[in-house]
Amino acid sequence: MNRRPWALGAVAALVFLFLYAPIAWLAIASFNSSRSLSRISGLSTQWYAELAGDTRVLDSLRLTLQLALASAAISTVIGTLAAFGLRRAFPGRGLWTVLLSLPLVVPEVVMGVAMLGFFVKIAGIPLGFGALLFAHVAFSLSFVVVVVRSRVSGMDVRMEEAAADLGASPFVAFRTVTLPLVAPAVVAGAAFAFLLSFDDVVISSYLTGVGSTTLPVFVYAQASKRGISPEIVALSTLMVAATALLLIIGVVIASWRARKAGSVAQLA
Amino acid sequence: MSRRWLKANALLTPTGLWLGIFLIAPLAIVVQFSFATRDTGVARAVLPWTTQAYLTALDPAFLPIFGRTLVYAVATTVACLLLGFPLAWFIARHGGRFRTVLLAAVLIPFWSSYLARIYAWKALLDGEGLVNTVLGWVGLDRDGGFLLTHGAVVLGLTYGFLPFMVLPLYVACERFDFRLVEASYDLGHGRASTFFRVVLPGVFTGVLAGSLLVLVPAAGDFVTPKLLGGVDQSTFGSVIDDQFRGGNNWPLGSAMAVLLLVLVVLVLILRGRRGEDVL
Repeated sequence: MNRRPWALGAVAALVFLFLYAPIAWLAIASFNSSRSLSRISGLSTQWYAELAGDTRVLDSLRLTLQLALASAAISTVIGTLAAFGLRRAFPGRGLWTVLLSLPLVVPEVVMGVAMLGFFVKIAGIPLGFGALLFAHVAFSLSFVVVVVRSRVSGMDVRMEEAAADLGASPFVAFRTVTLPLVAPAVVAGAAFAFLLSFDDVVISSYLTGVGSTTLPVFVYAQASKRGISPEIVALSTLMVAATALLLIIGVVIASWRARKAGSVAQLA
Repeated sequence: MSRRWLKANALLTPTGLWLGIFLIAPLAIVVQFSFATRDTGVARAVLPWTTQAYLTALDPAFLPIFGRTLVYAVATTVACLLLGFPLAWFIARHGGRFRTVLLAAVLIPFWSSYLARIYAWKALLDGEGLVNTVLGWVGLDRDGGFLLTHGAVVLGLTYGFLPFMVLPLYVACERFDFRLVEASYDLGHGRASTFFRVVLPGVFTGVLAGSLLVLVPAAGDFVTPKLLGGVDQSTFGSVIDDQFRGGNNWPLGSAMAVLLLVLVVLVLILRGRRGEDVL
């Protein structure tokens, strides 16, 4: 397999093409002068202008962002704690693992209807922001745990032991040694949780209340009547562009720091 | 109990409480609903207990829907494996210092709205769409395009679930000792034999975890088949959805949800301990 990396590279490139084709098409269509997604008839920025002036879309975007940020914050904090809890073997760890894998494998429609029934009929939690937040944390948590745990379990315990031997208190050792080591995984977990909440259609569609419609639910309701609106296409394009830009900035900073560290090492 | 046990459980308690209240309790309620009697009023599901919902759910009339759902889910899992494995292996083996970037690049498309992506596929697969036009140049185009076919549904599902396959596969590939491949060649194994006897067992936990993350959720999805599929696009998920959204028949919807949950539990048992460290 590794004797012909170019063949493998070609397959990987094709998979990337598959992943990016619809995104590229969305970007092109967002500048289309007509409403159509399949036929490009001319260039215009009118959909971006309409997006900027559409208060309904912007309001539900704000609500969706607030929800995604709150959900990501809660799931990241308690999910990271859980990942540390699973670090070493103890009786009952297998049971915890099964519990934590449930949200990953239970279909969304099942979680959605279950939460609807529970919130409405048993717990008396009104549908809306609160119910959405409870649900979103419940289905994002496990993803945070999985991502952070893979980093935590690969971590060298001797690093923390060395810090303790050198006189660091448990808190200082955690802050200066453990936390920097797991930080990338925590950030990745938070991004995952944000994304899951931000893009959720199915579960949210059961739990939105009056005046608390999230953007994906709004788009779904609108799309089933008259197709997806060009403004949403424009918004999606902006989101991908922003993420790609953040990634590029991250890569540039990382390589700049690596080069700086390298030149310092050369001096020494 | 030991200190370690106490510490671990203390760290896990917030997560346990959250999942207990907002996930396990609702799932338990669904089991209860599934044995209730249908009520078309506000109550939805009432006493007395009955197994009527299960008898209805297992009615032969639903068989074609279950069959279609199963075919979609299995085909999606296989397609995700076929696309995801070369990609994960390539990134882990040849990605070098760009590994993180390449992995992030797999996820970037998912920062756009899921519905927008599905509609983009709709446009691309349309009779006048790009795919049909390009295929037309080599005479492979199809009248009316590829929309509203089973293939379009599997393609849409594969697109949606591919990252869930790539990530665990990547974790497994990254841990794999690539020198084993060289060793296998040196010992006279061919490519196929090396793949099936060295590589596949080595990354099997990743294959298992990825398939698990794709198969069951794909079996429950109903939005993708609805948007990309043909005239009769009902799936297991859409039948459950109908029972709840219209307020139609909560006990029946619950019974079907329980059947899907049984499938989840079966798959988790089959996975056993092998996939545990990846998932």
